[in-house]
Amino acid sequence: MVPLSWYLIFSAALFSIGLFGALSRRNLVAILLGIELMLNSVNVNLVAFWRYGDVTNITGQVFTIIVFAVAAAEVAVGLALVISVYRKRNTVIADEIDMLKF
Amino acid sequence: MDFLKDPLKVTADWLLGIFAGWGMPELWANVLIGFLGIFILVALLMALDIILVWIERKVVSRFQSRIGPNRVGPFGLIQPFADIIKLLIKEDTTPEGADKTLYNLAPILSMMSVLILWAVVPLAPSILGVDLNIGALYIIAAGAIGALSIIMAGWSSNNKYSLIGAFREVAVMLSFEIPMLTVMLIPTIFTGSMGIGAITQAQDTWFVFLAPLAAVIFLIAAIAELGRAPFDMGEAESELISGYNIEYSGMKFGMFYAGELLRAFTFGGFWAILFFGGYRFFGLEQVSAFLAVAILFFKAFIGYWIIMWVKYTLLRIRIDHMLAFNWKFLTPVAFVLLMTTALMNALLANAPAWLYIGGMFLSNILVAWISLEVARSTSRRERERVEGAKASMPEVAQH
Amino acid sequence: MTIDKIIFLIVAAGTLIAALRVVTTGNLIHAAFWLIATLFGVAVIFAVLHASFLAVVQVVVYIGAIAILFIFAVMLTRKDMRDQGPQLNRNWGFGALLAALAFVGLALLVHGWSGVTKTASAFPSGFDAVSALGNALVSPDAYVLPFEVASVLLVAALVGAVYVAYNRK
Repeated sequence: MVPLSWYLIFSAALFSIGLFGALSRRNLVAILLGIELMLNSVNVNLVAFWRYGDVTNITGQVFTIIVFAVAAAEVAVGLALVISVYRKRNTVIADEIDMLKF
Repeated sequence: MDFLKDPLKVTADWLLGIFAGWGMPELWANVLIGFLGIFILVALLMALDIILVWIERKVVSRFQSRIGPNRVGPFGLIQPFADIIKLLIKEDTTPEGADKTLYNLAPILSMMSVLILWAVVPLAPSILGVDLNIGALYIIAAGAIGALSIIMAGWSSNNKYSLIGAFREVAVMLSFEIPMLTVMLIPTIFTGSMGIGAITQAQDTWFVFLAPLAAVIFLIAAIAELGRAPFDMGEAESELISGYNIEYSGMKFGMFYAGELLRAFTFGGFWAILFFGGYRFFGLEQVSAFLAVAILFFKAFIGYWIIMWVKYTLLRIRIDHMLAFNWKFLTPVAFVLLMTTALMNALLANAPAWLYIGGMFLSNILVAWISLEVARSTSRRERERVEGAKASMPEVAQH
Repeated sequence: MTIDKIIFLIVAAGTLIAALRVVTTGNLIHAAFWLIATLFGVAVIFAVLHASFLAVVQVVVYIGAIAILFIFAVMLTRKDMRDQGPQLNRNWGFGALLAALAFVGLALLVHGWSGVTKTASAFPSGFDAVSALGNALVSPDAYVLPFEVASVLLVAALVGAVYVAYNRK
């Protein structure tokens, strides 16, 4: 049987990789990719806690479903913003989008 | 007698005895038998695929008043083998600037997305790969992998026609997944389970009598998912030359082609399983597992024939019309139908069987009639607006 | 070392390698495909954890919709597909440090927590996780409100995305 700590360490590693991506990439789409990784690591944690806790208490899975919905909404709006910015400024590099109004 | 009832278990026990005789641990023997089962299933499917090529060509030629393949072997039966030999010895080209890994991965994924569907197909009461309790969702998930292979092929070919074809095809697949998943929930409501095996078991009355409109919507969405005419936006020979598989040659193209045929047959099979009772036919399936498989394949071939009939009869629909048809008509109708069915199911929960079936059938017909009337009046108004604008134009020009 | 441990280690290593490729590879299309590999690995982890419904939903929602949306977005902002210039910003060293610190901190937290040695209990007989999940999502005693709020959020996101990305020409 795989111990719970393995899942937690795996999810921590996935979260850190996502954090690195979100902090260090220049491209807006790549930053969103990093955020997706972080959301996924949260899901792994939630499901692992459900499995290793009381399985009749379904809260972990319910929250995973909510995270799915939030991730879908975040990606839809985020990518729409990226495409809109690209139309106006012709760039998707985060550093070059430095005006508050354009 | 036992072998006829449950051939899989008898064979597995026999093999287990042999492997145990060789001194193999039971766990490894079971894993090996599982792999053998998968291998045999996939091999049989690929053999079926070869026959499907011949059937497809013969049927299309009858629809078009031709004879079809008739030179190699009796009735041209050897023709598909000749085709395969030709595909195998053809030069395997890779376009310059192609993304090699993704370019080679795409046909494999395309074939894989079809083959994994068969893991949940109940071939007979005793022959079922995995009885997943989420079978209906699994079908959609496999479709998602199919969409992935198409966009992979379109992008990695480094060809604008491929890319446009892939964009259109994936847009269509993603959109038509929604009505498809919605109507798949209707057999789930009747059964109380999403497992494909349980859905088949529950069909004492075929679900097509309970939900005829759902069966029709499922067929339309399935044809769109398959990317076949009138929804063949991904290929569209006359516009995009061949769409996402334009750059593929040899056996890589063969994989796409074989995958498409097998997917069409598989969705014919799912249509039969979800709405026409799968392997069930007046208790005949209890006689022998082989008879059950034959019944399922007969029904699947009827579904496949209808898909071919639609493909070779109708013209291609324009991409914006197609997406508008999905978002403005098919999806709302599917949602309304799902809600109506859930409501009727709750109202008629304690009703006798004839009232339950009749109520379900009538509510389906009612939903279909209302939605067609609404669509008709909307399109009439739209047509009058457009034609009215046209009719008034020459007048403006005169003055 | 039992067989489930070996399976977990292989899947986890593959997933983490794919995740690393997502954040380091220069070609954004490749990054999106590596993201798909990562998501698939996470789906396998869900399946290993006996959350079959979530594993399939992960494939349908993440791979079938979100990842494809990413690929579309990369292609629509096509200027940057050629990948000139560095893909990491000036402060990437700082970001790497912060990520490493986050990992170390989380690992220490996991290490110091007493509940970590817990082993999974067997499923009670007759317990069906899928129907339990379905009941929890629509039962007024459980999570019907978050579920409805999530659906409102999705509708708002749908409208917002169409409004923001609509091309007024």
